Amino acid sequence: MSDTPDDLRYASTHEWARLDDGGVVVGISDYAQDALGDVVYVELPEVGQEVQAGEEIAVVESVKAASDIYAPVGGVVEAINEALDDGPEIVNQDPYGDGWFFQITPDDETQLEELLDAEAYAEQCAAEQH
Amino acid sequence: MSTIFDLSQPGRNAAAQCADLDGAALARLPEAALRAASPALPEVSELQAVRHYTNLSARNFSIDSQFYPLGSCTMKYNPRGAHRAASLSGFLGRHPLAPERASQGFMECLFALQEILKEVTGMAAVSLTPMAGAQGEFAGVAMIRAYHRARGDLERREILTPDAAHGTNPATAVMCGYTVREVAVDGNGDVDLDALKAAVGPQTAGLMMTNPSTCGVFERQAVQIAQVVHDAGGLLYYDGANLNAILGKVRPADMGFDVLHLNLHKTFATPHGGGGPGAGPVGVGERLLPHLPVPVVAQHEGGYRWLTEDDVPGTIGRLSAFAGNAGILLRALAYALMLGRTGMDRVSDFAVLNAAYLATRLKAAGFELAYPNRAATHEFILTLAAQAKAHGVSAMDFAKRLLDFGMHAPTTYFPLLVPECFLIEPTETECREELDRFVDAMIAIAEEAERDPEHLRTAPHNLPVGRLDDVKAARDLKLRWTPG
Repeated sequence: MSDTPDDLRYASTHEWARLDDGGVVVGISDYAQDALGDVVYVELPEVGQEVQAGEEIAVVESVKAASDIYAPVGGVVEAINEALDDGPEIVNQDPYGDGWFFQITPDDETQLEELLDAEAYAEQCAAEQH
Repeated sequence: MSTIFDLSQPGRNAAAQCADLDGAALARLPEAALRAASPALPEVSELQAVRHYTNLSARNFSIDSQFYPLGSCTMKYNPRGAHRAASLSGFLGRHPLAPERASQGFMECLFALQEILKEVTGMAAVSLTPMAGAQGEFAGVAMIRAYHRARGDLERREILTPDAAHGTNPATAVMCGYTVREVAVDGNGDVDLDALKAAVGPQTAGLMMTNPSTCGVFERQAVQIAQVVHDAGGLLYYDGANLNAILGKVRPADMGFDVLHLNLHKTFATPHGGGGPGAGPVGVGERLLPHLPVPVVAQHEGGYRWLTEDDVPGTIGRLSAFAGNAGILLRALAYALMLGRTGMDRVSDFAVLNAAYLATRLKAAGFELAYPNRAATHEFILTLAAQAKAHGVSAMDFAKRLLDFGMHAPTTYFPLLVPECFLIEPTETECREELDRFVDAMIAIAEEAERDPEHLRTAPHNLPVGRLDDVKAARDLKLRWTPG
């Protein structure tokens, strides 16, 4: 069973989001990293880039597939995790910690509430696995 | 196995068979064009070179030596007769800049191929110039774009693709400057019509679709889908990747498609793989005729001439220096002529029969079909999720173990929507005994998965190299090798 921490919000496209000091930190879920397999490359957005909620903003590539990452909330990209350039395997090792992708300063924090909570997301994953 | 450089000994060569070096010609070269040091070439005898490369070639997996059920790739046999026809000295010796009057035979061949492809697809015109499937797709979507622009309809910025689309479809749309919107397919592999209706609008430039889809099933609502997209003002693109299943049965034009590309290296049995050379001709309906890429061969005063930019002023332009991959186009024509009308029809009969036979036998042997409610087309999908759960062996482990049985693995993990996906396409050129051999191998591997899963996880065992570290290969790229 994959890990879905209760203090995070999740997009149905398998990104997680955490409000942290006014910024929203985004990564991919444990379920997603497990389904992708070994991550070999991550393409991150530019700092300062403006994004809409649901827009394609990054790409994660594993030996099985390349998948788009969608911005769970709209806003401006404040920071990116450059450590993933040389260490894409961090996404597999620590998807909710050091494996974060980018941080967005949201236009509207309440967008977070439109995302799934841990329970709803875990249900979705269980349904997909079947 | 050693590299050719390992065999090298200073001064050893086969210079007797080299062309004489003209010292005077060398002396006329400018200083800057001359090497300061000799290139690091291996120094071996002719026999060593011949043996080395012959031995290397024997390690290839290829359709000439192994069953190759690589789903969605249509790895059918390339008949030697087609190769021989394309190798006639009149074709090989023809200069691409030769004038039309000296190229009439070659142009007649291309014209005949254009006509055959028109008949097979129902399209109004065909251009043979795209050099590969990806370029054909690019040409097709570029024509959709040119069509909307010519009408001053500049707000159409979106291309729709079902999520069972070939991965190249969204990539092509992006290359042509469009944004991509995915449309979901339902549990039976059909496009979700309600989702499609909600997705189309004044922003829709077109929809790209493969039919049969990469789910290995025929999209039954093709006509309704075309209606929805056309009503919204968009055009329909047919990806010819899976045409082998419907050759001579259904014409893409009759399903409502406005433009398509064909993969001659799949459906028309031309050589395939290793990056080419492919051929991806495009066909168009009336609406896109003014934008067809040039050159195209036309009949003219009892002979043939090239149509160029002067004849097709709205053309999207040229995609290759001359008329496409001429040698490949000639092979495709020879193949089509050898088949004839009746044979063309039997291609899809046997492609589908072979796939259905494999699917039925594998299901009876306990394997799970991803779309059990649907008939197989020319290919079908197994999901090995149950084996993965029970024994910790993945679709990749099955694939690697098949290599030990002397068979190329099917396509794995594509399409992405099926867990532990195994996409199998036997093609029509395999006989029943070969198909049975594949089923026997799959049964043997499934038994092995229960008894000794580790043996699968560490496969292949009988090949020159063991399990390759594809993670390291992707993370730690080494694109050059320098002799030590």
